[in-house]
Amino acid sequence: MGTHKNAQDHEAGAEPAAHGSATRYLTGFGFAVLLTLASFWAAGTHIVWAPGLPVLLAALAIAQMGVHLVFFLNISSAPDQTNNFLALAFGIFVVGLVVFGSMIIMANLNANMMPVQQLLQMQR
Amino acid sequence: MSALEATGTPEFLTDDDVPDSRRGPAARRDFVAFGFWLFLLSDVVIFATLFAGYAVLSGQTAGGPAGVQLFDRGKVLLETACLLTSTLTCGLCALSCVQRSTAATYVWGAVTFLLGTSFIALELTEFARLIAQGAGPTRSAFLSAFFALVGTHGLHVTLGLGWLLVMMAQVATLGFRPMIIRRFLCFSLFWHTLDIVWIGVFTIVYLGAR
Repeated sequence: MGTHKNAQDHEAGAEPAAHGSATRYLTGFGFAVLLTLASFWAAGTHIVWAPGLPVLLAALAIAQMGVHLVFFLNISSAPDQTNNFLALAFGIFVVGLVVFGSMIIMANLNANMMPVQQLLQMQR
Repeated sequence: MSALEATGTPEFLTDDDVPDSRRGPAARRDFVAFGFWLFLLSDVVIFATLFAGYAVLSGQTAGGPAGVQLFDRGKVLLETACLLTSTLTCGLCALSCVQRSTAATYVWGAVTFLLGTSFIALELTEFARLIAQGAGPTRSAFLSAFFALVGTHGLHVTLGLGWLLVMMAQVATLGFRPMIIRRFLCFSLFWHTLDIVWIGVFTIVYLGAR
C-alpha cells in the first residue's frame, strides 16, 4: 500500500519507505513472534482460568492480526489510505456478519430443534 | 514509462498544501494495490464462510475423534514458525525488489520459497497422518469442515509458491520494470494476507480444539 506524496511516486518503486522498511518488518515480526508464543503458551498452561481462555486467545489473535495489518500490509488511517481503510472496514463488517451470523442462527436452530427421538416417534 | 507518466502530471500535484482529494489521479502503484486489496478482502470473505462452517460443525464428530485427540500442537507451532518467518522474508524480498537489488531479491525469494514449501510439507504430512488414522474428511462433519478450511488455506499457499516462482522468473527475464515491481508488491500483499488467515486457523482450529 504505497502513499502518494509527490509526482516522483508515479514512477513505481521511487520511494522505498512507502512500502515499509526492514526495521519496520523486523519490529512487526518481533511483536508477531511474541503474540504467537503467548497464544501457544496460554493454550497449553493451566494457570489461565479455563472459561476465560477463548477470550484470551481471541484477544491475542486479533492483536496479532492488527500487528500484521500495520507492520506488514502497511494499512493506516492516513488521509491517502482512506480507500484501503474503508475497504478493510467493510471487509471486517462482512466477515463479522458471516461468521457470527451463522453461529447465532445455527445455535438458535439447534436449540429450537425437536430432539431426534421425539421426531422419530412422530414419524411412526 | 515513468517519463510518460511524469509529463501527464500537472505541476501543482507536487504541492504539499493541496489536499489528497484534489491531487488528481493516484499513482498507478496505488490503485493497482487498491484493486488487489479488494480481491484479497473478497478472498478473506471466502475464508470467513469456511470459518463459519467450521465453528458450527466443530462439535459434530459423529462418534469419531475430536480435534483435541488429533492435533499435534508442537507441529502446528513449527508450521506457524515457517509461515511467519516466510512472511518476514517475503517482505524483505519485496523491499529488495523495490530497491532493485537483484542478489537480495533472489536470496530472500529463495528463503521464502523454502519456508513456504516446508509449511506445505508439514501440512501434507499431517493430512496423511489423519487420513491413515481413519480421520479423513469423510469421517465426520467436523473433519469435513477441518479439511475444507485448512485445505483451502494450504491450496492458497501452494498457488502463492507458484506465483513466487513466476515472479522470480519475471525478475530474471524482464528485470525490475515498474510493472514487475507492482506485481511483486501484489504478491507480497497476498502472502501477508495468507499469514493473517493462518492466525485465525491456528487460534480457532488448533488452539481452540477441545
